[in-house]
Amino acid sequence: MTDKSQELKPVADFIPEKRPDRFIYQMDNDKHEVALSTEKLEVRYGDKLALSEGDLSFERYKITSLIGASGSGKSTFLRSLNRMNDGVANVSGHIWYRGLDINSKDIDVYEMRRHIGMVFQRPNPFAKSIYDNITFPLTRRGKYTKEKLDEIVETTLKQAALWDQVKDELNKSALALSGGQAQRLVIARALALKPDILLLDEPSSALDPISSAKFEETLLELKKYYTIIIVTHNMQQAARISDYTAFFHQGKVVEYDLTRKIFTRPKVKLTDDYISGNFG
Amino acid sequence: MDLITEKIKKTSLSTKQDRFGKLISITALILIASVVVLIFGFVISRGLATFTTNKVSLGHFLFGTDWNPSVVNKKTGQPGVGALPLIVGSMAVTFLAALVATPFAIGTAVFMTEVANKRGAKIMQPVIELLVGIPSVVYGVIGLTVVVPTVRAIFGGTGLGILSGTIVLFVMILPTITSMTVDTLKGVPRHYRESALAIGATRWQMIQKVILRAATPGILTAIVFGMARAFGEALAVQMVIGNAANMPNSLVSASATLTSVLTMGIGNTVMGSLQNNVLWSLAMILLLMSLVFNILIRFIGRKGELK
Amino acid sequence: MNAKTADKIATGVIYAIASSVALILVAMLAFILVRGLPHLSWHFLTASARSFEAGGGIGIQLFNSFYLLVLAMLISFPIALGAAIYLNEYAKPSLFISIIRTAIEVMSSLPSVVVGLFGFLIFVVKFHLGFSILSGAIALTFFNLPILTSSIESSLSQIPNLQREAGAALGLSRFETVIHIILPASVPSIVTGVVISAGRVFGEAAALIYTAGQSAPTLDFGDWNPFNLASPLSPFRPAETLAVHIWKINSEGIMPDLSAVSAGASAVLIIVVLLFNFSARRLGMMLYKKLTKS
Repeated sequence: MTDKSQELKPVADFIPEKRPDRFIYQMDNDKHEVALSTEKLEVRYGDKLALSEGDLSFERYKITSLIGASGSGKSTFLRSLNRMNDGVANVSGHIWYRGLDINSKDIDVYEMRRHIGMVFQRPNPFAKSIYDNITFPLTRRGKYTKEKLDEIVETTLKQAALWDQVKDELNKSALALSGGQAQRLVIARALALKPDILLLDEPSSALDPISSAKFEETLLELKKYYTIIIVTHNMQQAARISDYTAFFHQGKVVEYDLTRKIFTRPKVKLTDDYISGNFG
Repeated sequence: MDLITEKIKKTSLSTKQDRFGKLISITALILIASVVVLIFGFVISRGLATFTTNKVSLGHFLFGTDWNPSVVNKKTGQPGVGALPLIVGSMAVTFLAALVATPFAIGTAVFMTEVANKRGAKIMQPVIELLVGIPSVVYGVIGLTVVVPTVRAIFGGTGLGILSGTIVLFVMILPTITSMTVDTLKGVPRHYRESALAIGATRWQMIQKVILRAATPGILTAIVFGMARAFGEALAVQMVIGNAANMPNSLVSASATLTSVLTMGIGNTVMGSLQNNVLWSLAMILLLMSLVFNILIRFIGRKGELK
Repeated sequence: MNAKTADKIATGVIYAIASSVALILVAMLAFILVRGLPHLSWHFLTASARSFEAGGGIGIQLFNSFYLLVLAMLISFPIALGAAIYLNEYAKPSLFISIIRTAIEVMSSLPSVVVGLFGFLIFVVKFHLGFSILSGAIALTFFNLPILTSSIESSLSQIPNLQREAGAALGLSRFETVIHIILPASVPSIVTGVVISAGRVFGEAAALIYTAGQSAPTLDFGDWNPFNLASPLSPFRPAETLAVHIWKINSEGIMPDLSAVSAGASAVLIIVVLLFNFSARRLGMMLYKKLTKS
């Protein structure tokens, strides 16, 4: 604070109210279409409070990144959104989706998850053929003609940028795919259900840099049709692909804003420290 | 839009299937558990009839040495329902078999995990598995055709008796104790071995002072498991023990065990008679002993955890 | 004696112990096979047994053993599968579950003779089924259930949780995920467990003496109506199995060619059990390869 240049800055920046310990971007419902929002979301593992004060809104057809150090609660938050934490943790609060609180008992979890899909950190294809991996969840719930299924397989694999590599070996076991390919297959599988929202939990952390870059391109492409919420460890990735970013720290959302604002002029000091690499 | 909202609020096919599946699978589970309860309930209620209906005193049953339920003992005026010779017979073969098997089992387990290279373990693994797989009547046949004549040739007499029973049971419980000991030894953390060797211990010192000591609770559990198997084994023992319900006075005279008397007797008695009831009392002892072995295993397990 | 010498002696002793154990197995197998194989013939494997004259076979006993095995497996597999699915996929740690687990553990260590006596009491005496295939199959089921349950449970638990999450995230219920994803993936290891337990069931005798009985009435292999007592498929006829037969003729000791029949039957029993044991892992590996390649 003894530095001259600092003293010349407008005094307003040093007023505590202007640098609060928390900033949450309030989405204007008239200007933005909200696909999903949370209200007072709280997650406990037994007695341990893992997340609290989760109040975020996610805009439709945008990518929102959730960043923060390990154990900051970002994955816990994400997994609560389509109730993957059921039976694992105690989640209270509301999750609003299409006017419904999907964090309530009278919601059919399995049906809901077909609209809010999820892809995990480690690729998890089934021990089935590539083709069956994509069609199996579909045929469990409805009748499709062979032509329709073929079409879905082709479209989703193209969307996931895997089609060219596997189009001649659709009947091969999915377990034979490389990590990057398997993760794309898993994305295609999720897309086949035509979800509204796609939750991605560090989807590219198991991929090499080249696959990872391709993967980001895919996500930017997918954004046209899907609302994407992605947890990532990689801040460059968040800066490159997302429209909004939420910074989590010790079980709370510290700052949520447009990505360009967070990465250029964060309003909270903690966020600044994190993205400039002072901790984490 | 509204379609999706509606679908989410309705109970889906998946949910219905899940409820159904959960119901079916818990039914199966409860079925198994109730079989256990039924076995204990029926055998114990039958076994107690000796004491309630036939008024045999528990002391007489447990400590009497005259086993001959169909004949009234002239001295006591009561039928011969003293089960002590059988209890002693069962205990004797069980303990002796465990006593002989333990060093072999530990030796083999140490060979497989500490001494031999991978090839040694590769050879011994199937050996142990095959030994487990051999049916008990085959052990009985080998006992009758090899062990009994050999014992007869060395010690005279019939060759039937506790010694032959012990030898047969020793081989039968050897794989049980060995494979469980192997699992325990594998569970001893690597750094135990490394730090022992690092301070200049020989391999044997490391095995003896570090590995075996750390693995003691597990090895004890393995031995108790083996004993439980020996105590409950029926046919192989029955074939070589001699089936004479005398108080055992030597290892090479014909004796009897709880299981051998049970297998021989249950078909030759009338349901509800004293002779029959008293056999159910023997079955009850077998059940209770298997429970005791289970409790012992849990107890050792818990003690081992505390260390 | 210094530490080095002790080390050498100990190593020697351990080698001696391990080789003697291997030797015991080899000697036993050799003994049974060398004595038994010469007696094996098509006649021996198919003919009926004779109690008081020489030249009998083990045909009916062999058939009974397989028939009982199949029935026992048919009854016990679905129950064990259901129980294992609940334990591995649904159960959360609770008092109820730990009591049930204890019960299954206790059941697996019950002496098989007691299981047989229970079967005798309930099915043979109380339900008036008499010595019958059905009583025997149920007794074998009791004997088999705890082992099969824990073997299937451990097969299921080897499938990583990633697969369950994948199913859940696609809107599949727990049950759908188990039936269509977890089970197919664990088939190889379940098959291994089932075949190994089949070997145990095939060789079991103590549980059968007083349930399936010790007599093997002549069967009419032209009659496949399960409701006729002479039919091989009849579940209500007494059925001495191979293992029980071996025990019985040795205990009675009246058969004139006892040692030959006993040796031959033991060899057959051992060969079948060994086949089960060997094929168990082979089969599992084969299925696994088929599942992951294709």
